[in-house]
Amino acid sequence: MTQEVRFITKNFGKYDPMSIDSYLSIGGFEALKRAVEMDGEDIASVIADAKVKGRGGAAYDMGRKWSQARAVKGDHKLNICNADEGEPCTFKDRELIKNDPFNLIEGMIIGGYTVKAQDGYIYMREEYRHLRPLLLNAIKQCEERGFLGHNILGKGFDYHIHLYSGAGAYVCGEGTALIRSIEGKAGRPRMKPPFIKVSGAFALPTCVNNVESFSIVPHLLMDDEHEYTSYGSGESIGTKLVSVAGNVRNPGVFEVPFGTPVRDIIYDLAKGINGGYGLRLIQFGGASGKITDKRILDVPYTYDDLKAAGVTVGSGAILVIDERTSVLDFLRMTQDFFSHESCGQCTPCREGNRHAKIILKKIADGVATEDDIKTLKKIGSIMTLASLCGLGETAQCATLSAMEIFPETFAVGGAK
Amino acid sequence: MTAEKAQAYPIGPELAQKIDHVLDAHDHDATQIVGVLLDVQDLIAEQYVPESVAFYVAQKLPIKVSIIYDCLTFYAALSDKPRAKFPIQICRSVVCKVNDSDSLLERLEKILNIGVGDVTYDGRFTIEEVPCFGACDIAPAVRINGKVYGHLNTDESVKELLAQFI
Ligand SMILES: Cc1cc2nc3c(=O)[nH]c(=O)nc-3n(C[C@H](O)[C@H](O)[C@H](O)COP(=O)(O)O)c2cc1C
Ligand code: SF4
Ligand code: FES
Repeated sequence: MTQEVRFITKNFGKYDPMSIDSYLSIGGFEALKRAVEMDGEDIASVIADAKVKGRGGAAYDMGRKWSQARAVKGDHKLNICNADEGEPCTFKDRELIKNDPFNLIEGMIIGGYTVKAQDGYIYMREEYRHLRPLLLNAIKQCEERGFLGHNILGKGFDYHIHLYSGAGAYVCGEGTALIRSIEGKAGRPRMKPPFIKVSGAFALPTCVNNVESFSIVPHLLMDDEHEYTSYGSGESIGTKLVSVAGNVRNPGVFEVPFGTPVRDIIYDLAKGINGGYGLRLIQFGGASGKITDKRILDVPYTYDDLKAAGVTVGSGAILVIDERTSVLDFLRMTQDFFSHESCGQCTPCREGNRHAKIILKKIADGVATEDDIKTLKKIGSIMTLASLCGLGETAQCATLSAMEIFPETFAVGGAK
Repeated sequence: MTAEKAQAYPIGPELAQKIDHVLDAHDHDATQIVGVLLDVQDLIAEQYVPESVAFYVAQKLPIKVSIIYDCLTFYAALSDKPRAKFPIQICRSVVCKVNDSDSLLERLEKILNIGVGDVTYDGRFTIEEVPCFGACDIAPAVRINGKVYGHLNTDESVKELLAQFI
């Protein structure tokens, strides 16, 4: 029987998320006190040594990101917490904010100190507005106690946090779109370079991290027993929050050590498929992720093993679909999401999604030709190569992977 | 131009005062326009930002009214058209779909006697289809004015939900 572990989530339920005193009573801000006695470069090394990869989806080496951000010159620098969490089937950041807001703030302050930022922004999706009071309260209490503001802990370091709201646009999770939204504009992505780390929000050097990425940091700095690095192996060290949903009996967020077999996550933690139906497919990492079938069940959940099996960790979402939904119906639902969320600014993504949707419908109607299937594949690869932002680049991941795993779906002449 | 327009479409002193409060709470900071518009929209019974209000905010902040309209049309959570007192946002993304959000939608349509996008005769409800709002663990789910309601698999659960707003 697989057990969940409690490293990133160890504070859940241990304190009152509305009270800084309650947080202090369980050792809150001890990590910050430790951090301000350290050189920023050493903090980045602790993160790099634990091989923490960003948890927003792109899995960029986090220690390296902080070290690079620290090295960028500038009198005024920023860091941003990406709490946009718009990937369908992803709801782990919601749990971190709801259960442990002070730890997130502490992680951001340590981040600000490390990369030498004076201002931090939390960009939270509008859909989580019920969590705003929690964060506003945490920010206010931290200001009152001198953990935020001027001369923090008497170390001559100033840092403020501002809470910004999204307004229902998935694309705003993409870094440059998010930044435009924070600047008070419509959140359309822009071309890079300039890169965000050099010219981000308000054209200032900016370091963007996911909620879970920040949340790991305080625990890691206090981890004298090296618990974190005792989990996992190779490039996949530590633990990960996964959000499992779909046709499972016990959907939810679970913290699992890297290396846990996918089967244990789905059948032990999420309690298997509802109603005894057979498994159709599993999608990893949200709507922008790839899909596979039961062949993945005995693969250990690590960056490398999933990659070798043709999927990715992504946002940490695991979507389980049973046999009542056909592969094609699933792809059409996913396509609807991207057709709706494409900002329409660049041609490959705008037109590609339009035509992919049409071809998927033709397959469903049994009128697709072999040429249509070839076109669908071509659209997918062109979008991946030529789209302006990650949304268009990944919109066809599900369909392209389905072509590998479920070729029968694309056998023309009426496929189901 | 903005000032003239704002004068051409005056808004009542009560609403103006409430909007001023929202602007104060956002430090009259134009970068916070998205948050401002969300809060302002909440002040209007029909959950939208009327033209008169758009011009008022533009003049007060100040900010170009074109930026306000760029935001109103770009962001799905903002509307420049009247909605309803309680817009029922039903999630149409995959997790809710495979947990039978189709039946949920049918139930809503039947009980309220409206289709997607329509408003009930009393201006109370409308049904809007929206993408995943991160309540996948309690699918199928809806959101009404910011609050999430899940596990809506039965007639009873849907009736119970709607009864709260009558
Ligand atoms: C369309 C799109 C949506 C994204 N949505 C999110 C999101 O909701 N949350 C998030 O943390 N990262 C999201 N990302 C990834 C971010 O751009 C970025 O890589 C991440 O926030 C960096 O933080 P990390 O290094 O800690 O992972 C998205 C990317 C794209 C292209
Ligand atoms: S890839 Fe899609 S979402 Fe991204 S900029 Fe182009 S049209 Fe917009
Ligand atoms: S899919 Fe419906 S809330 Fe996520």
